[in-house]
Amino acid sequence: MARIIVVTSGKGGVGKTTTSAAIAMGLAKRGHKTAVIDFDVGLRNLDLIMGCERRVVYDFVNVINGEANLNQALIRDKNCNQLYILPASQTRDKDALNLEGVGRVLEELSKDFKYIVCDSPAGIEKGAYLAMYYADDAFVVTNPEVSSVRDSDRMLGILASKSRRAELNMEPIKEYLLLSRYDSDRVESGEMLSLEDVQEILSLHLLGVIPESKSVLNASNSGIPVILDEKSDAGQAYADVVARYLGEKKPLRFIDSKKGFFRKLFGGK
Amino acid sequence: MNQSSILDFRSGTSFAPILILYSNDMEMISQRLQEKIASAPDFFRNSPVLFDLSELNENDMEIDVAALISRLRQLSLFPVGIRGGDPLQEKQALALAVPVDSGRSRGDPILPEIQKRDDAVPEFQAVIRDAVRTPAMMITQPVRSGQRVYAASDLVILAQVSAGAEIMAEGNIHIYNTLRGRALAGVQGDIEARLFCLDLQAELVSIAGIYKTSEDLKEISRKKPVQVYLQDQALIIEELS
Repeated sequence: MARIIVVTSGKGGVGKTTTSAAIAMGLAKRGHKTAVIDFDVGLRNLDLIMGCERRVVYDFVNVINGEANLNQALIRDKNCNQLYILPASQTRDKDALNLEGVGRVLEELSKDFKYIVCDSPAGIEKGAYLAMYYADDAFVVTNPEVSSVRDSDRMLGILASKSRRAELNMEPIKEYLLLSRYDSDRVESGEMLSLEDVQEILSLHLLGVIPESKSVLNASNSGIPVILDEKSDAGQAYADVVARYLGEKKPLRFIDSKKGFFRKLFGGK
Repeated sequence: MNQSSILDFRSGTSFAPILILYSNDMEMISQRLQEKIASAPDFFRNSPVLFDLSELNENDMEIDVAALISRLRQLSLFPVGIRGGDPLQEKQALALAVPVDSGRSRGDPILPEIQKRDDAVPEFQAVIRDAVRTPAMMITQPVRSGQRVYAASDLVILAQVSAGAEIMAEGNIHIYNTLRGRALAGVQGDIEARLFCLDLQAELVSIAGIYKTSEDLKEISRKKPVQVYLQDQALIIEELS
């Protein structure tokens, strides 16, 4: 049986798709056969970030409507043969998805894959609901600012009450916090919430802190998940996240201010 | 068939909410009742109710018992008894198949508890005393933003209550964690209800409808256990030592 992971947040622009692409690639690189599904029907970003937008023929909606089978729609990643992408349709809207159809696709994928990563759209409407409904694990992507934290909290409430696991009274979805776009200098100067502040408000199991990094934008532009940029801080942070998710112990990195580090180094004030 | 197996009389106690009237204005009573029912429709739907006229008779306020009974029935309540009525009122009630409840008839001393209520409750208010003692509702998971919890009893929460969440209880509220959302205790008008939490960062706290918002809570020291209660219609927030 596959483990279904939803990458969600409530708020937009916090790094859900970047995270979905990175962790799906990270899991696949470790030899686990992984599928990543774009639930953002109507906008379609995941294929761009995965660099497979030119190879999209059929999409998620086609599969749900029975216009194509899964094998026709799944795109094998060019960097890793354990990774497959199920892209969203750009010409349809989120009403094209339905609970039963999504369930059917996930069930079929479960036979063949170890992990299924669901890239949720922003908001708490139908698309986000369908993305999280069947999940076993949730990666809640949060930026260190109040509105993002508030929206994540709202999404956690929905995970706890409206998911399949909640409705069937099963063991609840495992919720993990992923703090992204973390700028330790701005945290230090008080412009952003600190890791401790966010943890106090959400009290979740922390899977990792992804630093704000130019490498993320570069990776998006070139269509290569940032986790493959092993020299970059964000890439390394995502590799740590995948390792921690798989049960390895890794110390937290990228949370101390760089300025603070140099200040300590040179004994300045 | 053995005759003795057909029926039996046993002594027992049954519980029904007691509706104490402080006003004889039928429109006001009706409006207030509708509000109460709307706040907990499941609780009140087809609920038996005893009505108590001792306060009115004490103050020589006349009330049309027949009209009251029909109003209660319209609101899907089942009047099952009259208390504190004079002989004429009792006769009127009996004519409409509402028996006299002799639990406390007119002339008996009024419980001090009720007098206290009278002090603090606005003049035109029907207070429903909940005679049903339901066990406290217990919540062990965080109450997240956007979630609402309603307890027709005391409410005990072992996890945090997030900003944007709303918790309500007809009785006391105990939160053994941080309160950041809205918490309303005594929502059916129980002015004796209290609220306890380990760290008060609430958006709003309320006891029996009297509330303070976070704007008024600025001075409250954080990370200290506090209790909130009503005293002379004022909301008191006090550190627990």
